Order: sequence, then structure tokens, then C-alpha cells
Amino acid sequence: MTINLFYFLSFVAVFSALLVVFSKNPVYSVLYLIITFFAIAGHYVLLNAEFLAAVHVIVYAGAIMVLFLYVIMMLNLNTETEPHKSNLLKFAAAICAGLLMIVLVGSLKGSELLQSPVMVHDVGLVKNLGKVLFTDFLLPFEIASVLLLAAMVGAVMLGKSEKPPANETKTSK
Amino acid sequence: MIPIDYYLWLSAVLFTIGVMGVLYRRNAIVVFMCIELMLNAVNLVMVAFSNYRNDAAGQVFVFFIMAVAAAEVAVGLAILIVMYRNTKTTDINILNRLKW
Repeated sequence: MTINLFYFLSFVAVFSALLVVFSKNPVYSVLYLIITFFAIAGHYVLLNAEFLAAVHVIVYAGAIMVLFLYVIMMLNLNTETEPHKSNLLKFAAAICAGLLMIVLVGSLKGSELLQSPVMVHDVGLVKNLGKVLFTDFLLPFEIASVLLLAAMVGAVMLGKSEKPPANETKTSK
Repeated sequence: MIPIDYYLWLSAVLFTIGVMGVLYRRNAIVVFMCIELMLNAVNLVMVAFSNYRNDAAGQVFVFFIMAVAAAEVAVGLAILIVMYRNTKTTDINILNRLKW
């Protein structure tokens, strides 16, 4: 049962990840990426990481992908304005990715780590995770908040209209 | 229970698809989405290892990766909007000033 669910979720994730790359319209890419993220959240549930699954759906599918959709809408991108590489470059990209896949498979195959015993644990519960997060990782947690604040300020600064006030342009010239 | 190498293969495939997307597309937004895909592949393998070795540190790490990814997306999309304002396109071939 579990293994069938794993195969189904993996198939959905890989198939929609391929469609992210190959679909012509950026809006469809975003929608397929959301499907991929839901499949990955399903994998988290299978791995007994329920809280991470919820956070993943909220942060990625809920926040980040909506941000992508809004930016695509603001920039008014569609299939006609979509630039494409030449067929030779596309072929080279696929070859390079295939070579990377071969390297990854070859390096992971036969490693002794994979034969470790398999048990069911409950580290993914909110209680255990919160205990670790607020004792061992308290300082990185606080620093992450500073990082988010800095990112917010940076995004606002970058997104601001570039037209400076009239008196400033005269002094700068 | 699923063996851990299945998760390793799955996230290797997802990471490879992300790399292929970065090389394959010229639209900067789609390239950005493929980078998100690669981050998620790494997150998946981290959660798998944290579960199999009964260590919560891996899942806490995934939290921090998610926070950094959110910050990165906010700043990156702001940069994309500035780029679109200046060049009227999101084609990454326009940005070739650093090309040697």
C-alpha cells in the first residue's frame, strides 16, 4: 500500500516537473510546479514529517507560487513573448542533464549508507521538532527572522519606482 | 516502509530535471522556478535521512532552507521586475555584460 502510494506520488512529481520545463506558457509552468510541490508534501507525509508537509504546502504552494503568478501577471508574459533557445542548445542542455544524472546515480549506487536498518520514528511531530528548534537551533532561528526582514526591505527597495525626486536629479547632474 | 535509496533516486531525478530546466529555458522566471525545484529535491532527501536516522536536525535544516528560499524568491522576483522595467523582457540572453 505504502509503496504504491510512493510510486504514484513519485510519478506525479517527476511528470509535472518535466512539464514545468517543457510547457510553453509560464503560467502553466507555475501550475505544474504547484502540483510537484503537493506531491513532495505527500512524500513528507509518507516520511512521518506531517508538520513539514503542512509548512511546505503553506509556504511553497501558498505563498511563493502566488508570488510567481502575480509577477507573471504584472509582466504580462505569455506564449508569444516567450524566448526560446535554438534546438542545438536544447539538445546540449538535455545531454548535460543526462550526464549529471549518470554521475549522481553512479556515485550513489552501492554506497554502504543505503543498507542502514529501517525503522518508524516520530521525529517529525510538532512537539519533538519544536523542542529541537527552540533549544539547539535557537540562534539560527532568530537570525532567520533578521534575514527575512532584510529580504523584505530589499524587495521593497528594489521594487520601488526608479524615478527620483526632481531636485535630486539636478544635483546629481 | 520504503527503502531510503528510492528517495535518493527520486530526488536525484528531480534535481536533474531542475538542472535541465535551468539550461533549457531562456525565460528568467522559469529558470527561477527550476531553481526552486532543485531546492525541493534537496529538501526531500534531507527529510528522508532525518526520518531514517531518527535525527530531527535534518528537518530543522529544511525549515531554514524554506526560510532562505522565501527570502530569495522575494528579492529575486524584485530583481526580475527591475530587469523587466529596464529591458522590457525577461530573456536572460539580454544580460550578457558579464560574458567574457
